[in-house]
Amino acid sequence: MSNRKQQPDMKRREFLTKSVIAASTATIAPGVLLTTADANAATKAASSNTRWGMLIYTNKCADGCSSCVSACEKENGIDLVKKPEGHSDAMWDEQRPQWIRKVKLKDTQTGMVSNLPLMCQHCEEAPCVDVCPTGASFKRADGIVMVDRHICIGCRYCMMACPYKARSFIHADVAEQVVESPRGKGCVEACNLCANRLDAGDGNTACAEACSKEGHNAIVFGDLKDPNSAVSKVLKQSHSRQLREDLKLNTAVRYTNV
Amino acid sequence: MHRLIDLKRVAVMMVASVLLSFATAAISDSTVVEGSKAAGMDKGGCVAPQMDMRRNHMEYLKHQRDEVVHKGDRSSKFALAECVNCHASKDKKGHPVPVNAKDQFCDSCHDYAAVNITCFQCHRKVPEEK
Repeated sequence: MSNRKQQPDMKRREFLTKSVIAASTATIAPGVLLTTADANAATKAASSNTRWGMLIYTNKCADGCSSCVSACEKENGIDLVKKPEGHSDAMWDEQRPQWIRKVKLKDTQTGMVSNLPLMCQHCEEAPCVDVCPTGASFKRADGIVMVDRHICIGCRYCMMACPYKARSFIHADVAEQVVESPRGKGCVEACNLCANRLDAGDGNTACAEACSKEGHNAIVFGDLKDPNSAVSKVLKQSHSRQLREDLKLNTAVRYTNV
Repeated sequence: MHRLIDLKRVAVMMVASVLLSFATAAISDSTVVEGSKAAGMDKGGCVAPQMDMRRNHMEYLKHQRDEVVHKGDRSSKFALAECVNCHASKDKKGHPVPVNAKDQFCDSCHDYAAVNITCFQCHRKVPEEK
């Protein structure tokens, strides 16, 4: 018996399946379309009726607290990335992947100090998407700006274009990853607003969750297009600003007291 | 005369089927982790029939990856993580062995077919411990 004969004829099988499906739908009722898709949240594709975003209360963000950073690192397996051999500590500090970082701002005239977490701002008009030569840097229908690592060539043009220094590059092979956040040498990455959680129907990010667990409640996350979402309500009541609003990027992450 | 040929044919088929059952037992022992989801389904069970998966898994995964990454649609029954969950074997100490390691599930065929897979440069190679 040849190897070829052991393989099923997929074309024929496909045709048979299709005709069975066609026959069964036709007999149920003409004009009524039956779909097999589940109606639960986990199977829904990202929709442009949603725009994910957050408001960060800079005055509530505590000096010295970095629970959002560690929650992000754990959620996305960033803590599994080790310093590449031959890199100095200084270089590692400069180049290690960071999806969210704590930034301290000081007004030199008044001496007022504010702390804030800074991550990808998920711009509507994202410069990283504009400059990407391969289409790897893209914006999802629900406003999340992401990198498709399957087509990222690691040119780092997006890193230079980003005004928020939000993106990181993986310089060396990574030994271990978490399932939800694949990662390997030669690709750019950044905060994806915990897209895996959102797709699973859990409407919160790891950083916002950690912040409220810590009792600071400095990060409110939600759907900017839903007027009844928590984030829309607080945005309506507070003076918020976009960082570098002069660039007219319409960021999805907004800050108070900056 | 015809009867003789028939008898011969039946005998050959019986021997062949016995051999085949040995062969499939050997394959399923080495490729599917006992007690996993794939092992529990029909013979050679998986998200699709064995022969279909052997020939088309790359198409299914490539299609699914675009649906997930770009559209956020995770409803597909095909997922690389699920492959790893059922097909990463365990060593004597009970630690999972990377699914792409030498002579493991992915490597055994890909080595034979001389096709280099790059999935596991980024994707997790062993099941995630919950």
